[in-house]
Amino acid sequence: MTPATPDHKPAILALSDGTTVKGRSIGSIGTSGGELCFNTSMSGYQEIFTDPSYYGQLMMMTYPHIGNYGTMSRDDEAYKVMIAGLIVRSFSDDYSNPMADGSLQKYLQRNNVVGISGVDTRMLVRHIRTKGVMNAVISSEILDEKKLVKMAKEWDSMVGLELATKVTRSEAQTVTSDGPYKVAVFDYGIKQNIINNFVARGCTLRIFPAEADLKEVKAWNADGYFFSNGPGDPNASSHYGLPMVEYAKSTGKPLFGICLGHQLMALSEGIPVKKMFVGHRGANQPVQNVETGLVEISTQNHGFAVDEKAIDNSKAEVTHINLNDKTIEGLRFKTFKGMSVQYHPEASPGPHDSSYLFDQFLDMIKEAHS
Amino acid sequence: MPRRDDISKILIIGSGPIVIGQACEFDYSGTQACRSLSEEGYKVVLINSNPATIMTDPMMADSIYLKPLTTASIKEIVEIEKPDAVLPTMGGQTALNLARDLQHEGYWTKMGVKIIGVNMDAVDITEDRQLFRDLMEKIGIEQCKSRTAHSLLDAKEIVEELGGLPIVIRPSFTLGGSGGGIVWSEDQFERKVLRGLEMSPVHQVLIEESIFGWKEFELELLRDDNNNVVIVCPIENLDPMGVHTGDSVTVAPTQTLTDKQYQILRDAAIKMMRSIGDFAGGCNVQFAMEPGSDRLVAIEINPRVSRSSALASKATGYPIAKIATKLAVGYTLDELPNPITQVSSACFEPSIDYVVVKIPRFNFDKFSGIDEELTTQMKAVGEVMSIGRTFPEALNKAWQSLEVGRGGLGADGYSEPDRKLVRERLLKPFWDRTLQIRNAFKFGTSVEELADITKVDPWFLQQIRYMVSLENRTEGQSLDSISKEDFLEVKRAGFSDVQIAWLLSKSGEKVTENEVRDKRISLGLKPSFKMVDTCAAEFPAETPYYYSTYETENESIVTDKKKVMILGSGPNRIGQGIEFDYSCVHAVLAAQEMGFEAIMVNCNPETVSTDFDIANKLYFEPVYWERVLDIFEHEKPEGVILQVGGQTALKLGKRFVESGIKIFGTEFERIDLAEDRGEFSKLLKRLNIPFPEYGTARNGDDAITIADRVGYPVLIRPSYVLGGQGMRIAVREDELRRYVEKILLTHPENDFLIDKYLDKAIEVDVDSVYDGEQLHIAGIMQHIEPAGVHSGDSTAVLPPYSLSKLVIETIENYQEKIAEEMGIIGFLNVQYAVKNEEVFVLEANPRTTRTIPFLAKATERPEAKIGVKVMLGAKLKEFDLESKLKNWAIKEPVFPFDKFPEVKKELGPEMKSTGESIYFMDNFDDEHFRKPYEFKNLYLSK
Repeated sequence: MTPATPDHKPAILALSDGTTVKGRSIGSIGTSGGELCFNTSMSGYQEIFTDPSYYGQLMMMTYPHIGNYGTMSRDDEAYKVMIAGLIVRSFSDDYSNPMADGSLQKYLQRNNVVGISGVDTRMLVRHIRTKGVMNAVISSEILDEKKLVKMAKEWDSMVGLELATKVTRSEAQTVTSDGPYKVAVFDYGIKQNIINNFVARGCTLRIFPAEADLKEVKAWNADGYFFSNGPGDPNASSHYGLPMVEYAKSTGKPLFGICLGHQLMALSEGIPVKKMFVGHRGANQPVQNVETGLVEISTQNHGFAVDEKAIDNSKAEVTHINLNDKTIEGLRFKTFKGMSVQYHPEASPGPHDSSYLFDQFLDMIKEAHS
Repeated sequence: MPRRDDISKILIIGSGPIVIGQACEFDYSGTQACRSLSEEGYKVVLINSNPATIMTDPMMADSIYLKPLTTASIKEIVEIEKPDAVLPTMGGQTALNLARDLQHEGYWTKMGVKIIGVNMDAVDITEDRQLFRDLMEKIGIEQCKSRTAHSLLDAKEIVEELGGLPIVIRPSFTLGGSGGGIVWSEDQFERKVLRGLEMSPVHQVLIEESIFGWKEFELELLRDDNNNVVIVCPIENLDPMGVHTGDSVTVAPTQTLTDKQYQILRDAAIKMMRSIGDFAGGCNVQFAMEPGSDRLVAIEINPRVSRSSALASKATGYPIAKIATKLAVGYTLDELPNPITQVSSACFEPSIDYVVVKIPRFNFDKFSGIDEELTTQMKAVGEVMSIGRTFPEALNKAWQSLEVGRGGLGADGYSEPDRKLVRERLLKPFWDRTLQIRNAFKFGTSVEELADITKVDPWFLQQIRYMVSLENRTEGQSLDSISKEDFLEVKRAGFSDVQIAWLLSKSGEKVTENEVRDKRISLGLKPSFKMVDTCAAEFPAETPYYYSTYETENESIVTDKKKVMILGSGPNRIGQGIEFDYSCVHAVLAAQEMGFEAIMVNCNPETVSTDFDIANKLYFEPVYWERVLDIFEHEKPEGVILQVGGQTALKLGKRFVESGIKIFGTEFERIDLAEDRGEFSKLLKRLNIPFPEYGTARNGDDAITIADRVGYPVLIRPSYVLGGQGMRIAVREDELRRYVEKILLTHPENDFLIDKYLDKAIEVDVDSVYDGEQLHIAGIMQHIEPAGVHSGDSTAVLPPYSLSKLVIETIENYQEKIAEEMGIIGFLNVQYAVKNEEVFVLEANPRTTRTIPFLAKATERPEAKIGVKVMLGAKLKEFDLESKLKNWAIKEPVFPFDKFPEVKKELGPEMKSTGESIYFMDNFDDEHFRKPYEFKNLYLSK
C-alpha cells in the first residue's frame, strides 16, 4: 500500500470456515459479503471489477499490485462495479497512466466498493483451492472477527442464487451498426466487449433484459439469438431464460451462448449444470478446439459448469475442452442450429485468441440468411 | 503430433566462451535441451568449446566435442556422427550464425541434416533489418522510421530524411548490439557510423529514428507445429528505450500497462512470430510503447532462446528451453504437461503472484577510461534476479543480491551523495539509476521531476518514493519504540536488518544488525517461503522452488532427511562466472550421491544451479547474510558448503563460524589463513617453501618502505578480492603512491600487500584435492604469458610444456606439504612462479577455482564432484583418478575489448577476460599454442 502510514483504516476479512485475516481498508468504509473467488489475471482489474458475472462475489486478485494504472472509462465492462468486495495484496493509491481518469481508490469509493489490502492472498487462494469455494465478509467498520465469521456463515450461498435480474438492463435497447444482420441479445449481465464485438462485425442488436417479453422478442424477428454471460446459479435463471432459448430454437435461426448463456442452452437440452469445487477465473486458461486441435488461451470466469459426465451425444457434441482439467468449454447442438462456449471470446481482459467465435456465429447467420 | 521418429540423432550447437551479451544462460538452455532430448530417447551430439559448461559434462550428451565453434569443426563432427538433425537455437547468436553460414553453403541439405527449432529463412529475416522492416510493414506492425546505410554518405542522407539527430545506429549481425548506440551530436555521428560499418560482418548499419524514453517491453513466446502460440512472460524495462535490454533493470510481469495495451503487445507478438516461417520453438520479441498512448513499435524478434527467456523461465518457473526443445522434435503444446504442476497443461500462459526484478551487474572498475553511460550496446557482464511479493521488496532484494556491498536500495550506512552528484548521475542512464532515484527522493525531489529527467515510468518512481517514506518514518524510531506493525511493513518492503539498523541508529544510539534480527525474531517476524509454481497457486505444484517474503503462510516444508546447504556464486562478473556455477551444480550432485538433501541458494537467473530440477530444494534468494541465515534457520541443515560459490559464499564464512554453523571441508579458520598473508607466509616459512618478499601496508608510506626493502617492480594487492580486483604492478615510487591512493578509496577497510614482482617468471597454476591423507593433483597448468598477467587472463597449458622434471616434483611436493599443513579437506589451488628453476608460492586458494571445470573436461575426471565428496567425508581412494588426457589441453581466455573501444588492450594482475575455451592439441606447431606464445609478452602491463 502506498504511501507509508496510510490513512487506510483497519479492515478484516472473515471466511465462513472461521478463517480471519487483518489488513487495511481500501475503497469505501463498510461491510460486504459474498462468495470469495480469486482471479489470476495479471492485468485488467477494472474490466474484472465491472464484469457483471462477478456480481455479488468478493474478488481476490492473485497478482499483488492492483491499481497501478488507475482507471479509465474505456475499460468499463458495465455501467458500474459489480464485485461485492475486493481483496488485494498491495494496493496502489498512486497510479501512472496519462490516459487515466483517476485512481482506483477514488473509483472504488465512487462505486461504494468495500475492500481490504495487505493480506496474504496466496495463502487464501491455497485455502480455497483445498477447501473449496466459500463465502466471506469484508468489513472496515465491524472489527469483531467472531461476528464477521457468523455473518459469512449466514451469507446466502451461491447455489440456487438468482442474480442475473440484478444486473440486467431494465428495458430493451437497440444498438445499431451499418451491417445487415439483426441479433437479439439476452442480457443476463452482458459485458460491453461482447456488444462491441457484434457491432464491429456489422450486427444491429436489440438487447433484451433477462426477463424479456417474448412478444417483443418475436416482433423483432432477429437473424440470430445471443445468450449472454451473467452471474449466479444458471438453474435459478432457467425460469425466464429457458423459454427464450426454446423460442429461439423454434425459429430455426442460429443461437450462440457465452458462459451463463452456454449453460442455459445446455440446460434446455436436459444437460445438467453443476457447481464446481473451485471455478476458473483468469486470463490464461487453455481451451482446445476439439475439431481443429488448436489451442486458445482464454479468459474464464465461471463457478458452474456443464456436467461432462452427463453429455448426451445425440443432443450436443463437445467442441471445446479445458486442457487443464478436461472440463467442457464449448458445445455444438444437434437438435438445433446453435453453439455455445463456457469461456469468454470477448476477452476484456485477456487474450484475443477466441474472437473467431463471433465470426463463426456470423457465418451461421449468413448461411441461414442465404 | 507426437515426437518425430524420422530423426534419431541430433546435433546441438553451444554458444562457446562467455562474452558480454552471451553468458551462461546458454549453458542453462543447452543443458535443458540436452536433458529434454535424452529423456525422449534421442541421441545427442554436442559441440561447445566452453569447458565450464554443465552441458559439456559426460552425462549430458552421447557424444561431446570440445572443439572451436567454427564451421570447419561442425563439418568434421557431422561427418563422423552423421546426425539426422541440428538444433541451433540453444547456443545464442553464435550457434544461429554458424548454422546460417552452413545453410548458405548448402551444407545441411547436402548432408541430409534437418534444421529443427527454427527455420533459416526466419533467421535471415530477423537478422537483416531491411527484410525485417519490409515484413513488418506487410503484416501491419509499426516500426521506427529507419533505413540501412552502406556508407557514411548513405548515413548522412538518411539522417536528413529522419529530421536530424538524435538517431540510433544499429550495425547488422553483431552480438549484443556491438557497435550500436544513440548519437546525440554531429561529432559522434561520423565516428559511430564508421565503427558500426566496420564491426558489421556485412558492413551495413541501420540508421533509425530515436524513440529514446519510450517504455520498453519484451515478450517470450513459444510456438508449436500446429501454430499454437503462448506468451510465457511479459517483461517491462524500468529503464526506458535507449538502454540495451541486457543493461536495463527489468521487471516481470508488466506493471504499467492496462490490459487493452498488453493485448496490443500480445497480438502483435503472435502475429510477428507467425509471420517469420513455420518452425516450432521459442522466440523473443521486443517492443517500445509511447508513454500516454497505445502507439506500439516493434524493435526486434529473435527466433531462439535468449538471456531474457532464461530470465522468464526463472521468473515464472516455466522451463522455456526444455519445452522449446520438445516442440522442435514434433510435440505440440497441448500434448505436454506443465512440468511444474504436472496436473495442468504446458499450453498456457503462466500467471505469477509476485514481482520479479532483474538488475544487471557491471564491471567498469576493471577497465580504466571506460565510458560508463548505458547505451544500446550491452556492457553488463552478469545479472541478478530477485523475487518479492511486491516491487519494493524485490528491488531491495535485488540490491542485496548484487554484491556491490549494499544492504538494499540505500539506507545502509554508505555516505549519502550530495545533490549535485545525484543530479549528474540522473541526467544520463547509469547502472545505479534506481539508487540515484532513491537519493533524489531523499532530497525531496518530486515524482514528476524525476519522470521528466529519467523517463522512468512514474509508477516505479512512486514505489521508490514509498520506500523512501518508510526510511523516513523508521529514522524517527528506535529499536524499543518501533511497533510490530511498522517493523513488518518495512520488512515487507524488503529492507534488510542492516538497513533497519542504520535507520534506527539515526536518531539515537547505534543499533547493530544482530540487535535488529533479535528484536525482529522476538516480535515473531520471520520470513515465510512461497513457491514459484507458474500458476499463482491455482493448481498444486510439487516443484521445490521457493523465495522468501514476509507473509503468514509458509509453503516450504522441511523434511527430516540430512541436508546440506550450498551457497551459489551470485551474479556473473569478471573473475567469478560460470566456472563457479559449474562447481555448484556438481556440489549438488555430489551431496545427493552422498545421501544428503541438497539445498541451493543463488540469485543468478542465468545459471544451471537455479534450474528447478537440479537441487532438492532451490531458494532463489540473495546470497546475502540475512537471507542465507533465514533459510538456514528454517531448514536446519547439517552444515553449509561455501567453497564452490567463489568469494560470494566464502565472504560469509566468518559469520557462519560466529553463529556456530558447521562449514563442510577445510576449517574456515584455515581458509581464512590463506587470505592472511602474514600467517600464510609464516606457514610457508615453517615448511621451508620460498615466496616473493612482501610486506603488509596500511598507507602509502608503509608501501614505499616495503617497496624499497623488496625492490621494484612490486605488485600491489588488496586482501579478500577475486579476479585480482585492484591489483597493479608498480615500477616506480610515484606510481606506487598513486595506486595505493586508489586502493584506499575502493577498499578502505582492508590492509593491502606489497609483493616483490618476479619479473619474467613462469606462472604455474595447480588445482588439487586433499582428504587428510592423500593428495590428488587435478592438474598442473603452465601459463604461456609471464607471471604478472592474471591467471584468469593467461593461456594455460595442461600438462606443463617446458617445466623440468625437478620443478614439477618440487611443485607436487610443495602442494602436498601446504595441503597437509593447512589441514585442507577438499579443494586446494596454489599458484606458483618459477624463475631460474626455483619455485615460489604466490598464493593459495582453499576452494574451487575457475580452472576446476577446465581440468574436469581435459582429464575426464569429475574434479568438482571429487572435491565436494571429500569435503563431505569421502576418501580419495574411493575414486578412479586416472586422467584420460592425451597430449595437451589449452585454456584460452576471451576478452571484452571489442565492447569497450575506448579501452586499450593490456593485461596485468587484474583479470579482464569474461570467459574461456578449451582446445586439445597434439603438438607445439599448433597455432593455438604458437600464436599466444609469440605474443606472450606483448600485452603485459601494469
